[in-house]
Amino acid sequence: MTKEEIIRPENLVCAKPTLMNDAPMHYCPGCSHGMVHKIIAEVIEEMQMEEKTVGVCPVGCAVFAYRYLDIDWQEAAHGRAPAVATALKRLWPDRLVFTYQGDGDLACIGACETIHALNRGEKITVIFINNAIYGMTGGQMAPTTLVGMKTATCPYGRDVNLHGYPLNMTDLAVNLEGTAYVTRQSVHTVAAIRKAKRAIRKAFENSINGIGSNMVEIVSTCSAGWKTSPVKANKWMEENMFKYYRLGDLKDTQEIRSKE
Amino acid sequence: MSKIRGAVTVDTERCKGCSLCIEACPLNLLSLADKRVNHKGYPYVEQKNWESCTGCTSCAIVCPDGCISVYRVKE
Ligand SMILES: Cc1ncc(C[n+]2csc(CCOP(=O)(O)OP(=O)(O)O)c2C)c(N)n1
Ligand code: SF4
Ligand code: SF4
Ligand code: SF4
Ligand SMILES: [Mg+2]
Repeated sequence: MTKEEIIRPENLVCAKPTLMNDAPMHYCPGCSHGMVHKIIAEVIEEMQMEEKTVGVCPVGCAVFAYRYLDIDWQEAAHGRAPAVATALKRLWPDRLVFTYQGDGDLACIGACETIHALNRGEKITVIFINNAIYGMTGGQMAPTTLVGMKTATCPYGRDVNLHGYPLNMTDLAVNLEGTAYVTRQSVHTVAAIRKAKRAIRKAFENSINGIGSNMVEIVSTCSAGWKTSPVKANKWMEENMFKYYRLGDLKDTQEIRSKE
Repeated sequence: MSKIRGAVTVDTERCKGCSLCIEACPLNLLSLADKRVNHKGYPYVEQKNWESCTGCTSCAIVCPDGCISVYRVKE
């Protein structure tokens, strides 16, 4: 059989989701942002919510997310995505509303908006891309930067005496009564990507069904900020990030209810 | 016995040469093109020994830029 005989439209089994358009993404090679965009597109397609989804973009590398997925989007000021999403969902209750935020956006300048939206139980999903660094602005220390991790603003490594401890926002979210589903995932292997997709689907279903709030952290890489290659960044993440940011579901009120 | 055969295409202009797909292929069928780059200056991926491809889709799943399409047939 020749390659041409195999490469025919009727034999296609996997390709870029149609909701992701052909605009070239500005992300660095191997950036987790692209991977998460892709699975969000796939989940929205599978749920047939293309016409009824509103995403809220952050300030950070994902500031242009609205260019790549053909759904409705609203850009928010730095850190304010959960407040904007609150308004959108309250005014438009039949919409699937989610925020897409980096760790600088969500855990630093927007920590207040994030905690209060989650605590109010807003019927939204917060997608949290935690690469432990400010990617967009050149790799400065973030609240999430690991102890000892080197960045442009802590070149000798994060020192707890000087910089305090990494802020674990997802663990915090578990203890807020307003949250229904809180999970921490990654997208560095086929198995991890499949799991992350299922988690996003569950969070989105809750958001549509008025069960909220929902938080999906994706422990991510930023090879540019970490000053390494995408392949090595994945290894570094496995060895260092997962020890502090443990993967798995942290809270699922629906599961508890179904067992009662 | 029927055999599963696969083949992939790469959108070489979209590819950024991140090599995540190369790592993900269980049969090591992908590699960066030798001394060639696309219009953005990125080296891009090619499928060289395509004959043993099973169409498992691992490479396409891990590609952050959605550059790979996978085709599969039963021979
Ligand atoms: C009000 C305001 N303060 C600061 C900045 C500068 N700034 C832009 S992006 C960013 C942080 C980005 O980090 P993160 O949210 O982790 O996103 P990443 O790029 O890592 O995905 C900062 C501080 C800004 N644009 N606006
Ligand atoms: S700077 Fe980091 S987060 Fe931003 S696009 Fe590059 S790899 Fe991704
Ligand atoms: S489909 Fe599977 S076997 Fe074929 S190139 Fe991709 S990863 Fe390798
Ligand atoms: S994963 Fe995608 S962008 Fe990266 S080298 Fe492979 S085809 Fe190119
Ligand atoms: Mg970041």
